[in-house]
Amino acid sequence: MNILFGHYVADEGTVEAFGKRLPPGDPGAALKAGIGMVHQHFTLADNMTVLENIALGTQSLWRPRLDRAEARERLVRLADDFGLTIQPDAFVSALTVGERQRVEILKALYRQARVLILDEPTAVLTPAEAEALFRTLKLLVGQGLSIIFISHKLNEVMAVSDRVIVLRGGKIAGERRTAETTRADLAALMVGQEPTLPPIVEVPFGGRVLVLEEVSTGGKSSGAPLDRASLTLKDGEILGLAGVSGNGQAALAALLSGSEPATAGAITLAGEQRAPWSTLEALDLGIGRIPEDRHAVGTIGDMTVAENLILESYRSARFCSRGFLDWDAARKFAEEIIAEYDVKCPSPDARIRLLSGGNMQKLILGRALDPEPRIIVANQPTRGLDVGAVAYVHGRLIEARDRGAAVLLISEDLEEIMALSDRIAVISKGRISSVTKRGQRSMQQLGELMAGHGLEAAA
Amino acid sequence: MQALDILLTASFWVAAIRIASPLIFATMGELICERAGVLNLGIEGVMTVGAFAGWFTVYSGGDLWTGVAVAAVSGALFGLLHALLTVPLGLSQHVVGIGITLLATSLTYFTYRLVLPEVTSPPKIEPFAPLPIPGLSQIPILGEALFSQTPLTYLAFASVAVVAWVLYRTPLGLAMRAAGENPSAVEAQGISVSGIRIGAVMAGSALMAVGGAFLTMSAFNSFFFEMINGRGWICIALVVFGSWRPGKALIGAILFAAFDAYQVRLQQLTGGVVPYQIFLMMPYVLSILALVLVARRATYPRALMIPYQKGER
Repeated sequence: MNILFGHYVADEGTVEAFGKRLPPGDPGAALKAGIGMVHQHFTLADNMTVLENIALGTQSLWRPRLDRAEARERLVRLADDFGLTIQPDAFVSALTVGERQRVEILKALYRQARVLILDEPTAVLTPAEAEALFRTLKLLVGQGLSIIFISHKLNEVMAVSDRVIVLRGGKIAGERRTAETTRADLAALMVGQEPTLPPIVEVPFGGRVLVLEEVSTGGKSSGAPLDRASLTLKDGEILGLAGVSGNGQAALAALLSGSEPATAGAITLAGEQRAPWSTLEALDLGIGRIPEDRHAVGTIGDMTVAENLILESYRSARFCSRGFLDWDAARKFAEEIIAEYDVKCPSPDARIRLLSGGNMQKLILGRALDPEPRIIVANQPTRGLDVGAVAYVHGRLIEARDRGAAVLLISEDLEEIMALSDRIAVISKGRISSVTKRGQRSMQQLGELMAGHGLEAAA
Repeated sequence: MQALDILLTASFWVAAIRIASPLIFATMGELICERAGVLNLGIEGVMTVGAFAGWFTVYSGGDLWTGVAVAAVSGALFGLLHALLTVPLGLSQHVVGIGITLLATSLTYFTYRLVLPEVTSPPKIEPFAPLPIPGLSQIPILGEALFSQTPLTYLAFASVAVVAWVLYRTPLGLAMRAAGENPSAVEAQGISVSGIRIGAVMAGSALMAVGGAFLTMSAFNSFFFEMINGRGWICIALVVFGSWRPGKALIGAILFAAFDAYQVRLQQLTGGVVPYQIFLMMPYVLSILALVLVARRATYPRALMIPYQKGER
């Protein structure tokens, strides 16, 4: 959609609107052709009024005077026509998110858009605001506009659309008439065909190593906080936690790695009930972490490979004696990890920022797995990696499980969850569903749970 | 009491307005750049270039107004260099700005030596003469202070009105303010962010250069080294003091100039009992105080100093 609107230039192919080819990379041309876009992150200037934001770019830059009267008149008329109440002279900084979105829509309508693209428009809205938005959209369609509504929420798509196109991995996975399809059908299209599963090796699980009972968090992490979530993790298993990002995964990972406290609930680690631990204690307790964001959290880009590798263990006697770091030991350790984990990097002294995502992730794996942790929290461990690196990460996680570690695999990718996990749970809005063995729930059922349907019933 | 009497003399206010004029030009220039999202630390160097270019044009036989135009164009060219480095290339605005200041200043001194290898004392030119405005200049104190100045001072005040008009009343100003607040808003409306920013930096630099030219063409009548003497840096503070608004920045420039004019007169009054450095310091100490009091709550342009790359999030 950013190509359509001209923010990006397509590598191949062309865009045609109303029979005319659009020049690539030119939002102005897209606007002229009648394409309007409501970005997920609003493109409004907070220091200006609603009217000014809407008038921006609609009058020639070389006009000696901005014609406010005319702009205001048109805006008020438009707002009336579409029932989008707005105060033209309010500063955008004073508006609620829903109101700002209304301004964005009016901006497109003011430009006489005939095709309106909405990118995840409900992500920032309250349910009531979303309802109002749907009514507006129906009204717009009634007036002859075409609307592209981009969303990963199936219920919204079913509620608002006439026709649905499912995208998966940059390709069109299918096209349906909304009236002739079901949510399950779309869910299947979204996640792809049921993959052929590798034969399930029945590994006898060990004891319960970690039990969360009705645990809630305070919302320090991004996304939803945990809301009375319960989960049991056993030795020697991979527990897959599926869910759309932003539903409490960050809070769970932060809780387990010690960076966010629990506000309620009980945590039992290795049979011992205990208060949440600090990040330092997490390491000592044998909790290995593969963070979600390897650039921002997992590594320090401008430090070397060796420095990054000892970040979690530099206090140990291995790398530190009498308060001084032993760089020879650190470099030797880095060389071991580089060799053992097949990392392509020039030397232990290379800055980690310069490595590819896959190699960076291998280093993080090495750092997390080398001390043989008892619990491994892998949050989106393969996001953004190429196929080869994905397979490598998967192999290492399975290896850790076979050694007897408990692996919590948090992922948005259902195929990954289905392929790796011994048991599967779903997280949605901070709640965690009951746990089932792999194969007990179909992809569709998991997809439904991920979208937040029937979770209460299942839990 | 004598110290307060100074404030009632016309000559004090004439001096204050004269000292304020170059600051007004350069502050407006900096304000335009920052409103569009670019911090222009090249200001000190660009003012030096303007001072020299204007003076040299007249010295080589050019008309006074031609001198002003040449100063503006040379300023705009250095602005273009600054803009090319900071806008499309997205380099650090701090580093580029200081680099431009060093480059422009040194290049000016070098050129001065090249064209005038022999001189020891700076040659003088015939500067702008005061142009009293009939009628208005007869008003006591105010008339003398505001309406008996040189044409360049009038131009300085006019530049405030023009900048304010452009920023708040024209589609172009709307785009400039938006580019400094949220560039993606500008791009989403089909306007080139780079175009707006480059234009703003060039226009702003032209104003700074005219501010520099004021010093050689309307105040000191000749060009000498170190003559800008930190005025550019003061203007950067004045923009903050004025909360990025032309009117408030104008008041700030006049206030600072008044302090400056006042301290010179106080020096004469105390007759050497108090070290003169104390008085020299006064305007700066007061500007720091004013900044602390006024600018702490200032809302600065949100995208100031953040390079915009199309298609980047």
